Amino acid sequence: MEYYDKDEEIERLTESLKNSKKSDFEFYDTIEPIYSTGKGLNRKTVEEISDIKKEPGWMRESRLKALDIFLSKPMPTWGPDLSGINFDNLTYYTRPGENKAKSWDDVDPKIKDTFTKLGIPAMEQKYLAGSVAQYDSEGVYGSLRKEWESKGVIFTDLDTAVQKYPDLVKEYYCKAIPPSDNKFAALNGAVWSGGSFLYVPKNVHIDLPLQTYFRMNGEQSGQFEHTIVIADEGASVHYIEGCTAPRYNTSSLHTAIVEIYARKNSNVKYTSVQNWSDSVYNLPVKRAWVDEGAHMDWVTGELGSKVTMIYPSSYLRGKGASTSNLQITLATKGTFKDAGGKAIHLAPDTTSRIVSKSISLDDGLTAYRGLVRMNEGASRAKSHVQCDALLINNDSKNYTYPFDEIYEPTAEFSHEATVGKIGTDELTYMRSRGLSEDEASSMIVLGFMDDIMKEIPMEFAVEMNRLVKLEMSKMGAVG
Amino acid sequence: MTNTVLEIKNLKVSVEGKEILKGVDLTIKSGEIHALMGPNGAGKSTLGQTLVGHPNYKITGGKILINGRDLTNAYPEERAKAGLFLAFQSPIAIPGVKISTFLRTAYNDLYPNEKMSLRDFFNMVKTAMNDLEMNESFISRAINDGFSGGERKRFEVLQMIVLKPKIAILDEIDSGLDVDALKLVSAEIKKLHDQNIGFLVITHYQRILKDIIPEFVHVLKDGKIVMNGNKEVSDKIEEEGYEWIKE
Repeated sequence: MEYYDKDEEIERLTESLKNSKKSDFEFYDTIEPIYSTGKGLNRKTVEEISDIKKEPGWMRESRLKALDIFLSKPMPTWGPDLSGINFDNLTYYTRPGENKAKSWDDVDPKIKDTFTKLGIPAMEQKYLAGSVAQYDSEGVYGSLRKEWESKGVIFTDLDTAVQKYPDLVKEYYCKAIPPSDNKFAALNGAVWSGGSFLYVPKNVHIDLPLQTYFRMNGEQSGQFEHTIVIADEGASVHYIEGCTAPRYNTSSLHTAIVEIYARKNSNVKYTSVQNWSDSVYNLPVKRAWVDEGAHMDWVTGELGSKVTMIYPSSYLRGKGASTSNLQITLATKGTFKDAGGKAIHLAPDTTSRIVSKSISLDDGLTAYRGLVRMNEGASRAKSHVQCDALLINNDSKNYTYPFDEIYEPTAEFSHEATVGKIGTDELTYMRSRGLSEDEASSMIVLGFMDDIMKEIPMEFAVEMNRLVKLEMSKMGAVG
Repeated sequence: MTNTVLEIKNLKVSVEGKEILKGVDLTIKSGEIHALMGPNGAGKSTLGQTLVGHPNYKITGGKILINGRDLTNAYPEERAKAGLFLAFQSPIAIPGVKISTFLRTAYNDLYPNEKMSLRDFFNMVKTAMNDLEMNESFISRAINDGFSGGERKRFEVLQMIVLKPKIAILDEIDSGLDVDALKLVSAEIKKLHDQNIGFLVITHYQRILKDIIPEFVHVLKDGKIVMNGNKEVSDKIEEEGYEWIKE
């Protein structure tokens, strides 16, 4: 029965979620933070954050330098409209409680309740090697199976890592993404809090994924986690992130940094599915350094948020380094998703593959903005970019901005792009077998994303499935 | 066995403003096999698409009834629920949509009260696939995506067997099938005929009519049925073409 087992599982899970709605993730709870820096951002805010965390001097210095860069850089104007972000009205640091628990039993019951509603402890038990949960600015829970701890794997929130493994953190912190890179990298450098620190020692292969779940609760707040993943030589790991937030009338900001270091011959897979509510500006910076013979997989699903700008990048630094970058973006009513992948070929025999699938519903806008650069000397480098857009309604829009900079004569590069609509013939065919228009169109949308859905863990696939069906049924008639 | 009647009354259909069907009358009952023949461009496929409810085929006059219920303006899924099925002449590919999911959803929509378990359902599908000599792995492929002509036709027949319609329209079901595949498909059609399903077999040639003997043969020419007869008509068409039939 091997051909149906996965269907059966998805059917069972989707059925169990049938009566819940997207808004089920958008509930907010009544937890009063025990500490907050209040609204606005200045030197004092940054020093306060550093003081609370009792950070070493180098980190404090680094934060203040990043703040200067942030203040000196203008807002980027080349992409979506960001004028809805009011930096003076945001709260940059909110501490939910005192504890960082190693067991769910020790987590504040209200916070635990939130994560239970999101299904996190159940997921962890079922298929994770370890998990970290962050609530607003701080990690509130972290666990790693003994098996991996004894092999020297480190998986904790970055704040804890700064205290416990300062040398290791210092070696990698902001190396791939320095604050000078862009305004939002600088913002994160100044006010970061939380995020994961994952170190996998040489030749250690972790067979189950590790996951961090980010929950933003406060209104007009910012979440600025900073995540560092290091796979040492010959190691392999799959790291997953999930994110949700309540829906508010005013905007929140999520500006994360994810730095990944795939050392020689290592293998890293990073999967992230964000389902932020549509009051969130989601502007993370994600980048991987990929050394000789190493492989980096990006799998990202951008489902929620009001505005997203995200371009996961792989710097292929060593001979034979490779990367694959799969991305799904979904733009619902009133939202703008500007996304794409970057591959920078710096060494011979490097290969990259970027596949982007975007779906625009209602007046939703998706844009593909990607970069492939092949430096001179990246002999025999190969790259393939494919971006497919699906426009559901007449108001739906998609733009494609591919940047291709090829300086190496022996390199091979190809780019394919398609833009499609849900066709009448497809709909009629499926409806003539008894399917409703909603069912048929959601199946077509899910089919369009199928290449990437296969790469996504079951729980996320089910959620994606449910979300698409819900959005399609809200649409009414397609056209 | 319940009896079903499909009545097509003075049906007029336009495509992109051009009138293709100019008043077609046909009645098909459970257990009957009708052949609809006619030269290229006569409007045969238009009739199939119109019966199934394709929105590009505008009905400008006449009625489509099933058991007296007016389905002239009904959605395709309502027609399917009333028991109508079309095996498409050129079934469209739908990338990424798995056959297993599609068939299961369709079946549940058509028979909401059956609540058949997934396992029972797929056993039923498997049996039908065996009869059609299709590999079991076929079910995890995407609808018509990368299918050969023959695979597309087999998949149409598979859907017909699984979804159990009352009246089935087969639009050029024999094209793209080799001799052996045609035999398998004909055998399945005969089985369904024994189960009291009514058929409208649309065909340009009469290859398939050697295996499935129609009780009624209708000739469509320039949007009108110009002759109603039996097997003798299709035999004569095979020998002499359509020239002898006057409008």
